[in-house]
Amino acid sequence: MSERFTVGLIVRNRFGVLNRIAGLYGKRGYNIDSLAVGETEDPSISRMTIVSTGDMYTRTQVVRQLNKLYDVIEAVLLEDDKSICVEHLLIKLKLNGEGNGPITALINTYGGKVVDLGAGFLVADLTGSPEKIQEFIEKCVPFGILELCRSGALALSTGDGRILNNKQTIREEH
Amino acid sequence: MVLSGAQILIEELVRHGTNTVFGYPGGQVIDIYDELYRNAHRIGHILTAHEQGAAHAADGYARVTGRPGVVFATSGPGATNLVTGIANAYLDSVPMIAVTGNVTVNLLGKDSFQEVDIVGITQPVVKHNFIVRDVGELESVVTEAFAIATSGRPGPVLIDIPKSVQRGSCEYSGNLRPSARDSCGSFDITEALEAISKSKRPLIYCGGGVVSAGAEEEVLALSKKISAPVTLSMMGLSAVPHSYELNLGMCGMHGRAPSTLMQSRADLIIAVGVRFSDRATGDVSAYASNSKIIHIDIDEAELGKNVPNIIEVCGSAKSVLAALLESTEEKRNEEWRREVLESKEKDAACSDGDRFSPRAIIRCINGYFGGETVVATDVGQHQMWVMQNYAFEKPRTLLTSGGLGTMGFGLGAAIGGCIASGRKRTVLFTGDGSFGMNLNEMATAVMQRTPILIVILNNGVLGMVRQWQNMFYEGRYSSTTLGRKTDFVALARAFGADGCRVDSMAALKDAMERGFPEDSPFVLDCRIARDEMVFPMIPPGGSVRDIRLS
Repeated sequence: MSERFTVGLIVRNRFGVLNRIAGLYGKRGYNIDSLAVGETEDPSISRMTIVSTGDMYTRTQVVRQLNKLYDVIEAVLLEDDKSICVEHLLIKLKLNGEGNGPITALINTYGGKVVDLGAGFLVADLTGSPEKIQEFIEKCVPFGILELCRSGALALSTGDGRILNNKQTIREEH
Repeated sequence: MVLSGAQILIEELVRHGTNTVFGYPGGQVIDIYDELYRNAHRIGHILTAHEQGAAHAADGYARVTGRPGVVFATSGPGATNLVTGIANAYLDSVPMIAVTGNVTVNLLGKDSFQEVDIVGITQPVVKHNFIVRDVGELESVVTEAFAIATSGRPGPVLIDIPKSVQRGSCEYSGNLRPSARDSCGSFDITEALEAISKSKRPLIYCGGGVVSAGAEEEVLALSKKISAPVTLSMMGLSAVPHSYELNLGMCGMHGRAPSTLMQSRADLIIAVGVRFSDRATGDVSAYASNSKIIHIDIDEAELGKNVPNIIEVCGSAKSVLAALLESTEEKRNEEWRREVLESKEKDAACSDGDRFSPRAIIRCINGYFGGETVVATDVGQHQMWVMQNYAFEKPRTLLTSGGLGTMGFGLGAAIGGCIASGRKRTVLFTGDGSFGMNLNEMATAVMQRTPILIVILNNGVLGMVRQWQNMFYEGRYSSTTLGRKTDFVALARAFGADGCRVDSMAALKDAMERGFPEDSPFVLDCRIARDEMVFPMIPPGGSVRDIRLS
C-alpha cells in the first residue's frame, strides 16, 4: 500500500551531496514530496528530512540504497508514531479592504502570526504538522493566496534516541 | 615531505599496489603523465587507442587480478570516453579507479576548453566520485577511493583532479588510513539453517559475488555436503569448475536447460552473490514459485530488491558460506541427485558433429586451450554460445560484460586481462558487430605484444537482435544485416598482426594445430551461417515453462 513516509538522513556536508541524494531518488524512480536540509551543530555534518510516497518495498529500498552512498552517514525511516514532524509556512494573502478580521481570526486559530502587513496584503507565518499546514492553506484559498512558501517537513524521533547512536563515530575525513 | 599533486597521486597509487595503469594523455593530465615518465620503473603505462579501450582494459585487468584496475584520461572528451567503461564496471561490481584531469580550479564552471562536469556525468554509475579542489585533500581522497572501490560490493570510483591541483603542492604523509567502512558485520543464519535442514531438493545459485569474495571452495564444499547442484549466473560462471559433476552451468534466458529446469524443481534455492537480474529470472512472479529462497549478499539493498519473500542474509559470500558449512548437517537425497545428473547427461549428449557451428568452434578451441586460459567475450550471440559451451575451470578466467552488455568491451578487456596474466595466451571470442566497435585497440594489442587469439564468429549480421527480429518481429530485419566488406584478416595485417579465415571444422583444426604467435594478437575469422540461433531461450518476461530448445 502506497503511503507517505519520512526518511531522516545524517550526511557529510559536502559539495554535491544533495545532488547525489536527489540523483538516487531520480534514478531509482522514487518521488520526493518534500526535502529539507540544514547544517547540524557540527558544520561538517548536515541533516536532511525527505518525505516520499511508496509501499513497504519502496521504503526498504530507499533506506538501503541511501545507506550505500558514501556521503550518507546514516539514513533511517522515521515512523509516524515514533517521530515529531513539523513544517514551516510563509503565506502572502490578499486583503479585500473590508477589514481583515476573518483572516486574522483564522491565523490565530492555527497559532500563526502576521509578520508583514500592507495595503491589500498580509504575510502570515505558521508552524505545524504538514497536515495542519495543508488544512490551513485550504482555508486560506477563499481569501486569495498571492504566494506561499513551505519549508518541507522536519522530523526528529520522539524520546532521547538519535539517528547516530552514541557508539557510532562520524567519519571525520571529508 | 612536500610533494606536488601529481607526485602524491603516483605515490598513493604505488602505495596501494598499482603497477600498471591504462590510459591516454591530454592537455589537463600532462603533469600526471610527466610524473609517470619519471616513475616508469614503478608504474607501467599502457597507452590505448581510445579512452574507452583503456577503461575496458582496466576492467579486464581487475577481473583477472581481483585488484582495482586504474585508468587515466584527460578532461572533457577524454573523461566522457571513459563513461561506458565505468558504467560497465559498475554494473558488474568491478573495482576500478578512474583518474581524470580537469581545467584549473579557477576555470571550473566557466565552460572552459575541454571542461565537463565528469563528477556529475558519472554520478549514477560510480560507487563514489570526488573532485579534488585542494591539493591538501588529494592524499586522503586517493586512500578513500581505494577503500571504497574494494570494500563491500566492489565498484568504480572516479577522482577528478584539476590541473592546478596536480601542479600545487603540500605535505605528504604516505601513511593515511581510510575511514572505517560500514558493511554487514554480523549476520544471522538461523532461519537459513532451518530451511536447509527441511529441504529435500536444495540447489545453490552462484553469482559474481562468489568470485569477488573468493568463496569458490566454500561453495563446492557446501554443495558436496548437502548434495546441492550448483547453477550459475553469467557473472558467476567461473566460480565452480565446469568438471564438477553437480555443476549445471549457467541458468536464465540463454542458460543451459538443466540449470534452468533444476532451479524450478528445487525446493530451496541458496542464492549467493547474485542479484536476480531479469535476464536470469525471467518473469519474477513465476520464478522459483515452488521453492524457498535464501539470499546471501554483501549489499543489503540487493536483498528483496528483485525477488520477494526471501530469507535474507547480509554478509560476504565467503563468511556466510563458511558459517553455513560449519552448522549444517550432511544431506543425502539420491533421488534428487539422480534427477540432476540425468538432466545433465541428456543435455551433454547434444553435439553438432562436423558442422561448422558456433558450439563446435568454441568447444574445439576450448579443447586446445583448456579451462584455465583467460577468455574474454564481447556481447551478443557469440557471448551466449561461449557461456553455454566453454568449460571454465578456474575463477577469474572469464571476462564478459554482464550487467551493461557492452558491445566493444571484449578487445580492451582481453588486453587488460592478458597483461594481468603476465601476457599468457588469452582468447577473445567476439562477433563481427562487437569487434567493429572498438577494433582500434588492435593497435594496442600489437604494440603490447599480447598473445590474444581473436576468434570472430562472423555471421555478417547483428545476430542477437536479428534473432529477436526473427522470433518476435516476424523477420523484419531492421538495420541488423551488416553486409560489410571488411576483410578482418587484411585488417589484422594492416595493424601489424596476422590472421586467417576459416569456414570448416577441418580448417579450424588445421589453424589450431599450426598454432599462434606468442607475442602478437592473431585474428581467426570464422565464417558462420547468419541464421545460427542461441538456444535454449526463455523469451523475455517468460518462465521456465516457455523455454524454447530449438
